[in-house]
Amino acid sequence: MGPTSTGIGNRKLGMWTFIGSECMLFGTLIATFLIYRGHNVVGPYPDDLLNIPFITVTTFVLLMSSLMMVLALAAVQRGDVRGTKLWLFLTGFFGLIFLGGQFFEFNHFVHEGLPLSRNLFSATFFVLTGTHGAHVAGGVLWMGTLFVRAAQGKLDSSHAETVEIAGLYWHFVDVVWIVLFTLIYLLS
Amino acid sequence: MSEDGHAYPSSRFYVVIALILAVLTAMELMVFYVDALASVLVPVLMVMMSAKFALVAMFFMHLKFDSKLLTGIFLWGLFIATAVILMLLAMFGKFAG
Repeated sequence: MGPTSTGIGNRKLGMWTFIGSECMLFGTLIATFLIYRGHNVVGPYPDDLLNIPFITVTTFVLLMSSLMMVLALAAVQRGDVRGTKLWLFLTGFFGLIFLGGQFFEFNHFVHEGLPLSRNLFSATFFVLTGTHGAHVAGGVLWMGTLFVRAAQGKLDSSHAETVEIAGLYWHFVDVVWIVLFTLIYLLS
Repeated sequence: MSEDGHAYPSSRFYVVIALILAVLTAMELMVFYVDALASVLVPVLMVMMSAKFALVAMFFMHLKFDSKLLTGIFLWGLFIATAVILMLLAMFGKFAG
């Protein structure tokens, strides 16, 4: 894809515009969560169920997946196919670990009597973190396709922008979680 | 390489940023469990959250090295999102004494 009149590639400019719109999507979900916080009339309540140490570990895993992602970009830029495959695989793998942690947490909540429709916390919590989880799942699939392309030898240094754009998406998912981790868990 | 020809940082630099992010996350957890900091918990956690957010956006997303237009697009989205959050919280009386 050629550059636009701004000198920035079409796809990269498009991804940043998408990220800007995603800020607004998560902004509305976060606002809804914060408005209804503390208005539950039936339990279980957040303090009874939120497992801060466990979520800190999954947060750490997602942060480290961002490191894997930039290392994948650095590898593809210098034409290191083996490194590109390794770091892309680890990015997706760390994303899967994060999703596993989220699945475990959701399952735990439901078994403790807090399904989606139980109270205001569960409704806003599941929608907010579920939307984020869906973004992570999309990112994992994206990493998978890039890994396959790299394994087929179709992802060399001339495709660095393709990896960079996937990286922008992945890092955005990471920064959203940085905000959610503080607002949902640490300020619970 | 950014649009204006600036080279992106080395892998070692990215590892250092990741270490800072890990330390900040550990500090967030520590602050959460220290009773003496309960009165300043919100501002302290917000500062650390903002620092982590900025580190990822500036260095991992390369906003520090890329065109300022991209920073503007991102900040505009963030501004709208923050404004929506603050206005809705105000409308629902979350800032009332």
